[in-house]
Amino acid sequence: MNPALRRGWLTLLYKELLRFWKVSFQTILAPVLSALLYLLIFSHVLESRVSIFDGRVGYTAFLVPGLVMMAVLQNAFANSSSSLIQSKITGNLIFVLLPPLSPLDLYGAYVLGAMVRGLVVGAGVFVVTLAFGPMEVLHPLWAVTFALLGSAILGTLGLIAGICADKFEQLAAFQNFLIMPLTFLSGVFYSIHSLPPFWQALSHFNPFFYMIDGFRYGFFGLSDIAPQTSLAVVCVFCVGLTALTLILLKRGYKLRH
Amino acid sequence: MVEAGEFFGLLGPNGAGKTTLISILAGLVAADTGTARVLGHDVVTDYRNARRRLGVVPQELVFDPFFTVRETLEIQSGYFGIRDNDAWIDEILHHLDLAGRADANMRALSGGMKRRVLIGQALVHKPPVIVLDEPTAGVDVELRQTLWGFIRKLNRDGHTIILTTHYLEEAEALCARIAMLKAGKIVALDTKQNLLSRFAGLTVRLTTDRLPEAWQSRVMRQEEGTYLLSLANYAELESLLAALRQDGATIAELSLQEADLEQVFLRIMARHQ
Repeated sequence: MNPALRRGWLTLLYKELLRFWKVSFQTILAPVLSALLYLLIFSHVLESRVSIFDGRVGYTAFLVPGLVMMAVLQNAFANSSSSLIQSKITGNLIFVLLPPLSPLDLYGAYVLGAMVRGLVVGAGVFVVTLAFGPMEVLHPLWAVTFALLGSAILGTLGLIAGICADKFEQLAAFQNFLIMPLTFLSGVFYSIHSLPPFWQALSHFNPFFYMIDGFRYGFFGLSDIAPQTSLAVVCVFCVGLTALTLILLKRGYKLRH
Repeated sequence: MVEAGEFFGLLGPNGAGKTTLISILAGLVAADTGTARVLGHDVVTDYRNARRRLGVVPQELVFDPFFTVRETLEIQSGYFGIRDNDAWIDEILHHLDLAGRADANMRALSGGMKRRVLIGQALVHKPPVIVLDEPTAGVDVELRQTLWGFIRKLNRDGHTIILTTHYLEEAEALCARIAMLKAGKIVALDTKQNLLSRFAGLTVRLTTDRLPEAWQSRVMRQEEGTYLLSLANYAELESLLAALRQDGATIAELSLQEADLEQVFLRIMARHQ
């Protein structure tokens, strides 16, 4: 890629990073605090009542990777979706549409920006939870792989939501009726083995379940299903969403009329 | 249609399609039919080259509230693949009288200043073709003069300028060639001089006891002994006076108005009702 073309999308990435960095109190500290509150309350209430992986993992320890991944996913989604919808509604998206940026440039910059935000918040949550006791990460490579893929998927979903939504409330609906249920029902707070068979089976249709289960495998070497299976599912999902987004961007759907 | 190096005016009532046309050039809107090219580069199939050669000042007063004036201009340079653009950015800030506000947040600027930043953003990549969609709406008179001085300089330096405006006297003062749009169609396209003479010429108000037969066809309006005549130029006025003298007519009163672009515009729009 020639340097001028590379500079175009690098600048958009820089702008995306600067955007959330300038309001980091709201975009980084606030979600870290929320995760901390979840951990305090749930671990206090449930530590002695819930048995996970036949008692081989304590509930608080089990909860930590779930909360870290939830922070990664939610913040990646929030970043690309809110950036795009704000630009659309205020009209300053035109600054990005007038330059010679390709659909791939737009995709790469928005999604990478979202990934960085998700991973920074996730790392923040992880660091804070270390205050609750030492945390061993048995297979860091697996954990990092799933964190990267998960943030990429949610950054992409955020981009799709931002493209499709015309108003903030449509974006909120996307978040409240799709992202939130899929996250909460993915096994952040519980192992799906503790669910009745029907709900257990249904969980296998939730792509978020594979992201969190695979990520958790990186911590404990234990998971509800094999990490290789989760990786395959997550990769397919990621590639599919990327293809869809690139098609939307190429057609200029709801961006160029 | 627009020649390189021209100062071209695009006029028309609200809803005529001026902004749509500009949006097609800029790749913001897809044309239903036909193609558009910027200096030979198709805006769809060769969009990178087309957009690199085009600077657009949008009509809407938009800005990104996260950034300062300088950051806004630096980021816009980066989108076009330009790094270390400080010298040119400083020059733009100077010409647009923004140097003192370079580090102010966009939110803190007045409407007129935001408009100037938009103009700056369109110029960061030194585009050979500059499109200004009503750039002086909401800009005070003094700044308007500064701004036109700058745009004229850019035009002299070889930039092609396309201007839409509602201030017809602005178009008359600046543009060498003008297209008038109505309902998406070009209803007039000519040099300013030709438009002014072809469609307007002189309007003569003449009060006399008799008008020679040959000149009756030029009467636009008649009230008792006062005639409103449409003439192409001053040479025709001389012929009219000669004809009156030959006929022995008495001129009680004579006054004339030179038509301006506004009258031309109104006549053309009326004709295409």
